[in-house]
Amino acid sequence: MSTRTSPLPAAPVLRRRGPRTPLSPAAWIGILAALAAASVAVYLTVDLSGSLDYVLPRRVNRVLTMVLVAYAVGVSTVLFQTITDNRILTPSIMGFDALYMLIQTVLVFVIGSTGVAALGDGTRFGAELVLMVAFSWLIYRWLFTGSGRSLHLVLLVGIVFGTVFRGISSLLQRLLEPSEFMVLQDAMFASFGNVDVGLLRLSALLIGLATLVVVAMRRHLDVLALGRDTAVSLGVDHTRVVTGVLVVCSVFVGVCTALVGPITFFGLIVANVAYALCRTFRHRHVLPMAVLLGVVALVGGQVVLEQVFAFDTALSIVIEFVGGVLFLVMLLRGTVR
Amino acid sequence: MSTVVTTPPTTATAGPGPADPSSAGSTSADPRAAAARNARRLAAAGVAVLLLAVVSTFVGVLDVTPWSLWHQLATGDLEGFWSSVEVLAVSRFPRTASVVLAGLALAVAGLIMQLMARNKFVEPSTVGTVESAQAGLLVVTLLLPAAPLMVKMGFASVFAVAGTGLFLLVLQRIPLRNTLLVPLVGIMLGNVISSVTTFFAYRFDLLQSLNAWMLGDFSGVIRGRYELLWIVLALTVVGYVAADRFTVAGMGQEFTTNLGIDYRRVMVLGMTLVALISAVVVVTIGSVPFLGLVVPNLVSMLVGDNVRRTVPWVAVLGAGFVLACDIIARVIRYPYEIPVGTIVAVVGGVLFLALLLRGRHR
Repeated sequence: MSTRTSPLPAAPVLRRRGPRTPLSPAAWIGILAALAAASVAVYLTVDLSGSLDYVLPRRVNRVLTMVLVAYAVGVSTVLFQTITDNRILTPSIMGFDALYMLIQTVLVFVIGSTGVAALGDGTRFGAELVLMVAFSWLIYRWLFTGSGRSLHLVLLVGIVFGTVFRGISSLLQRLLEPSEFMVLQDAMFASFGNVDVGLLRLSALLIGLATLVVVAMRRHLDVLALGRDTAVSLGVDHTRVVTGVLVVCSVFVGVCTALVGPITFFGLIVANVAYALCRTFRHRHVLPMAVLLGVVALVGGQVVLEQVFAFDTALSIVIEFVGGVLFLVMLLRGTVR
Repeated sequence: MSTVVTTPPTTATAGPGPADPSSAGSTSADPRAAAARNARRLAAAGVAVLLLAVVSTFVGVLDVTPWSLWHQLATGDLEGFWSSVEVLAVSRFPRTASVVLAGLALAVAGLIMQLMARNKFVEPSTVGTVESAQAGLLVVTLLLPAAPLMVKMGFASVFAVAGTGLFLLVLQRIPLRNTLLVPLVGIMLGNVISSVTTFFAYRFDLLQSLNAWMLGDFSGVIRGRYELLWIVLALTVVGYVAADRFTVAGMGQEFTTNLGIDYRRVMVLGMTLVALISAVVVVTIGSVPFLGLVVPNLVSMLVGDNVRRTVPWVAVLGAGFVLACDIIARVIRYPYEIPVGTIVAVVGGVLFLALLLRGRHR
């Protein structure tokens, strides 16, 4: 039954590939898994000297952070693109991570750092999650109920939303006491360099929970990719699944932004490369592919930058550049809708 | 092709707004009366902006107000009076002047850009001009760190011209001249240029200087550091004189040539004006996002699209907008200051969103 549905979305992509017989998705996943494992191994072992007890746990923490981020970005982007039925919208481009930072800032601004500390991580994250899901629902509703909304309008609105959210955040941050701002900064910018183990554990837990939701929805996702009307006529409870996906995306985006700050175009890159390699919309292949690509790009990219070019945190800038170019090319070639 | 796009989207949607009777009246009634009415309104707006400028001059940490000046004179405190006058001359007046100049020029630059690209949603900060100017500044800071301000400005301008040209080239490749695709492409182009700049700034430890050029801030303006900005006044006047030509050039190359105007020359003139204005403002103040987009659109809703008539409006309202934002930036966290770029980004961004969402763009 599912074999009948898969050629539909895959066909146009198939034609554009070269004449060589392409590798099967499973083979690609194997290759990427090997590459990912290799880059993790290299990252952990290269130039390993001095006290192992000191160096190794730190490296492990960094690698874990990168893997978590790759996982969260890959899965959330692919799922978001599935429910919005296109390949250029991503949660980051629609301003989700800017919104997350805005919510953090507003929280500290309104109830103060002591208030935030008193809330506890669980309550705080819960509240943030509710707000983010509410916002994403609003955007989503607006996206699909308005007649004749063009994709370009949606993209532009998303980008401007992001700018406005960032603007309000930085405005409020300027109004904060410096000590309060320090608390906020700690909450928002734990870069790959200095990872808070507690935050890492909490993130892993949240991502695990969200993954359970994805697993529960796994049978609906491929059907959802066929578009809303088809999915509904095939018996999918569209509203429920979309809400689930939006919740999952909000969790993933929140976790990512909390761990490493915003990386706008990372999801766009991994998701689109994953589609191109898979030549199918089956989530069974696309999701692991996107995650593995993310790991290879982040860990491998970090290794290359550190070892070959001797930079340490410039990876996000490189990602912005490549992703920006990809976005432009996608826009100009009109591959989107 | 041109017939589809020449009707700007906002004029269609401006119908039900409060501006309807006046704009309808100005076309049907006696044109001379309409012109007089327009002049009266413009004068009123100018007076309002002038008042704002006066307020702006007397806002600050040191207590220098008309009353304090009068008090010092009345009580014979001449020493205090002259020090107050010095505060005005060294800090307050330059600041107000720079705010007015930047606001007026950026708004007009936005309008020129919109005429040339025939798109209501472009302005120097959404097409990569500002980002290119920043890249130029970075290059000159790396190559000639001790260069005088004029040389830095020159580099920034050359890069800004190149960036704007690149955008116009890309624009020609967009098949349908989709209204919303154009700003999208422009913003992304800006992002890409900006990421390259950030990369090199990061590499050479210049991120801090880069941030100063990124975010508009008038707090560093004192006598001797802002005079370059007077250049933009001259540029704006040139823009006003040539405004009609940009409208014609926006209709396309063939149309322009048919009317006997050298298309290439007009486009180069427009690009140079926009790039020079952006470069000067970025060098002296930093970037002030969305200003050139929001103000011309508001003016277009209020007084229509006759460029000769709208340019003065755009200039006056642009100055007023930045003046208001600058006053907010100075009093919101008194006695500290917030960069005006932050306020403009929020207010301008919200207005931009409103513009996007109120129209029905297909």
